[in-house]
Amino acid sequence: MELTRRNALAIGAGAFAATILPFQAFAAADEAIAAFTGGADVGEGGITLTSPEIAENGNTVPVSVDAPGAVSIILLAAGNPDPAVATANFGALAAKQSVAMRIRLAGSQDIVAVAKMADGSFVKTANAIKVTIGGCGG
Amino acid sequence: MASGVKPRVKVPKTAAAGSAITIKTLISHKMESGRRKDKEGNFIPRSIINRFTCEFNGQSVIDVTMEPAISTNPFFEFDATVPEAGEFKFTWYDDDGDVYEAVKAVAMA
Repeated sequence: MELTRRNALAIGAGAFAATILPFQAFAAADEAIAAFTGGADVGEGGITLTSPEIAENGNTVPVSVDAPGAVSIILLAAGNPDPAVATANFGALAAKQSVAMRIRLAGSQDIVAVAKMADGSFVKTANAIKVTIGGCGG
Repeated sequence: MASGVKPRVKVPKTAAAGSAITIKTLISHKMESGRRKDKEGNFIPRSIINRFTCEFNGQSVIDVTMEPAISTNPFFEFDATVPEAGEFKFTWYDDDGDVYEAVKAVAMA
């Protein structure tokens, strides 16, 4: 392809779209976090997210979240068509504020866990997972 | 989806008073996400379990809101404190209004 002014513009537009798309996915996850926290500041630490580095099958990815002292934990997959995964509320008889589950991931992405602590503060953590076969089924 | 739904729960039969035990739950359910297509290219309607709760003698242990991103045959593992002898009650709420329940008794060791 000859590099004309028209082609250069087309390439530029394509590159622009490619950078915008993942940004929108993150925006959806950020919105979900904002809805959960009510816009409060989100700190770091005090929450552990355990997940495999590479998941061969995106249909069942085992993850566990542990946040001592949390009243509820929200789990989000930023790269899924709908970022919400699950919200766990812990009751008086929960021995540990931790839960393990199996989730679906559409592709390689970051998963985010946000915990609401008993004192009303929020903490978050994120893990990157590489997914070999996506779990959104065609 | 009312066919073939079978809850399976693993709870120790006995526990010391005040001790923490690990509970594992699994329920067979296809968890249709609503994003898959059939052979004709039509979307298969969403049909999932949207909520799971665990209670011990009426006191809440965990209450999970589930979205379509939860895998087929939802599995949960968590820890609960057992203050006295009693019963764990597990409840799953289906999109179609069905409620699946399982009850496990725990005796004092």
